[in-house]
Amino acid sequence: MRQGRLPLILTFLLPPLALYGIFVLSPYLQAFQISTTDWMGYSAQADPVGMANFRTLLHDGYVWNALKNNAILLAVVPVVTIGLGLFFASMLTMGGRKGRAGVTGVRGTSVYRLVYFFPQVLSVVIIALLWKEIYSPTSGLLNGALRAVGLATPAWLGDPRFAFWCVLAVMVWSNVGFYVVLFGAAMQAIPRDIYEAVLLDGASRTTMLRKITIPLLWDTIQVAWIYLAIAALDGFILVQLMTNGGPNFSSDVIGLRMYDTSFGSENKFGYASAIGVAMFFLTLSVAVLALRTARRDRIEYS
Amino acid sequence: MTTVDTGAPAAEATRAATPGDRPPRRELGVANVFSHGFLLLWGAMTVLPLAWMVLSSLKSNGEIISEPWGLPEALRFDNWSRAWTSAHIGRFFFNSLVVVAGSLSLTMLLGATAAYVFARYEFRGRQVVYYLFVGGMMFPVFLALVPLFFVVRSVGLLGTWPGLILVYTAYSLPFTVFFLTAFFRTLPTSVAEAALIDGCGHFRLFFRVMLPMARPGLISVGIFNFLSHWNQFLLPQVLLPGDGQDRMLAQGLSSLAVSQGYAGDYAQLFAGLTIAVLPVLVVYVAFQRQVQSGLTAGQLK
Repeated sequence: MRQGRLPLILTFLLPPLALYGIFVLSPYLQAFQISTTDWMGYSAQADPVGMANFRTLLHDGYVWNALKNNAILLAVVPVVTIGLGLFFASMLTMGGRKGRAGVTGVRGTSVYRLVYFFPQVLSVVIIALLWKEIYSPTSGLLNGALRAVGLATPAWLGDPRFAFWCVLAVMVWSNVGFYVVLFGAAMQAIPRDIYEAVLLDGASRTTMLRKITIPLLWDTIQVAWIYLAIAALDGFILVQLMTNGGPNFSSDVIGLRMYDTSFGSENKFGYASAIGVAMFFLTLSVAVLALRTARRDRIEYS
Repeated sequence: MTTVDTGAPAAEATRAATPGDRPPRRELGVANVFSHGFLLLWGAMTVLPLAWMVLSSLKSNGEIISEPWGLPEALRFDNWSRAWTSAHIGRFFFNSLVVVAGSLSLTMLLGATAAYVFARYEFRGRQVVYYLFVGGMMFPVFLALVPLFFVVRSVGLLGTWPGLILVYTAYSLPFTVFFLTAFFRTLPTSVAEAALIDGCGHFRLFFRVMLPMARPGLISVGIFNFLSHWNQFLLPQVLLPGDGQDRMLAQGLSSLAVSQGYAGDYAQLFAGLTIAVLPVLVVYVAFQRQVQSGLTAGQLK
């Protein structure tokens, strides 16, 4: 029975491991090494410069500007997305109270759930291009509506005051539906009789959400938090396609900075890798921090 | 079923008997209208952009610019054919289909085999290899972008579909293996043991017994991988540079948007977007349950 075991392990494990080693592991490791060189592009010339790239990084105003925007994304996107997601999910799973039996969803729950999830199956490229047209100053959906009711029609993505917030709004828009479904699935797992008991005690809907639902959903919320935090540190595709960081770097993000430094206007591969390495540690510490601060006792129903 | 049926009138009776205990009854009605309004509003915010995109794809350029909210006077399907042929969206669509078919098959095959070994076979260093492997899930792709470009170039696969297929697969493996390992562990061991005692070889056991048993898990992770490969933009942007005919759909759309900026052919852009969106949307609506659970399953556990 034991024969044939080793051949199977080898044939099943080696090809995936080789692929992973070549295309995932080795690039990550090389990034650290490249970040300590002054490699300028397609020549083989790359001299070690130690920590010089990282020192430049500390004084690079453009990088700090991009980081500031990522910090705003990090502070706003997860809170708003999770807030809206929880609100809609709780409406859909237990908003309807007119019904006879205890706790049910509002009418049309399945339709809402179907529709809310739409953005999740669209590619980010399509979302970015579509919203760019919606924000268009003359032919856009948004200004068309504002004009119809006689309000001012800003240039949105062309206006340094609004461009970044427009992108942020799209980020929230594209994520909420996913978390409605995710939280909805988790809420379904909460035993109904808990709610019915609290309901009989006369608890209001907000109390129910705050004292029952959120504590019981804490694990899922924590996962959502980490995912959204990582997404907020990225935001590259949306920004590149909607504003390309402009106007005047007002909507720049760190991912775009790195892309432009390596494959865009410049070919400073060494410096770009240094940005990448800094990002790596930033992402890691944000994830760890999110895990730490959100840690609570796990509740299991039995 | 019976417990619910008998429980409901009982609960109703308790409510009716003690009205004083539940003051927020009327306020709830107002709240219901209020929050129902929010639900509808968000629904409209989701549907409206897509409906607008489809409608605009059937308008003339003049109509799009002058009346963003207007309905098309005539249904101009020639926008679609223009996007399909002269903007090569049809071509790019086909390219994406071929590459995703390749990368998805490879991901599922390699992911399932690796996960099976991690889940069912003991060997030295298994934990270390497993965590090394699954750890790749944690980091965003673009941290590795610069070296990846040179790795792919040095193996001579830069600007080729096989290169793209291998890279898509490599970056999907961590999550796929993570998900499927957990899934294989939930399958009963008794079936496998019985098959081995009956003289079934290890390879046949996997392909004839274990793989069919893992079908629900394979479908979930397959849907997840399909969407992430289909929607990939960053990797082809870097690994398939230039403006050739062999690019992916996402790249084609973004360059269509750039050229639209110069040519002012809005209708063609909307038509291109619509062509790209509709098939995915139709598949999603048809398999809503599977798609939603496929995409959320990995996050929940």
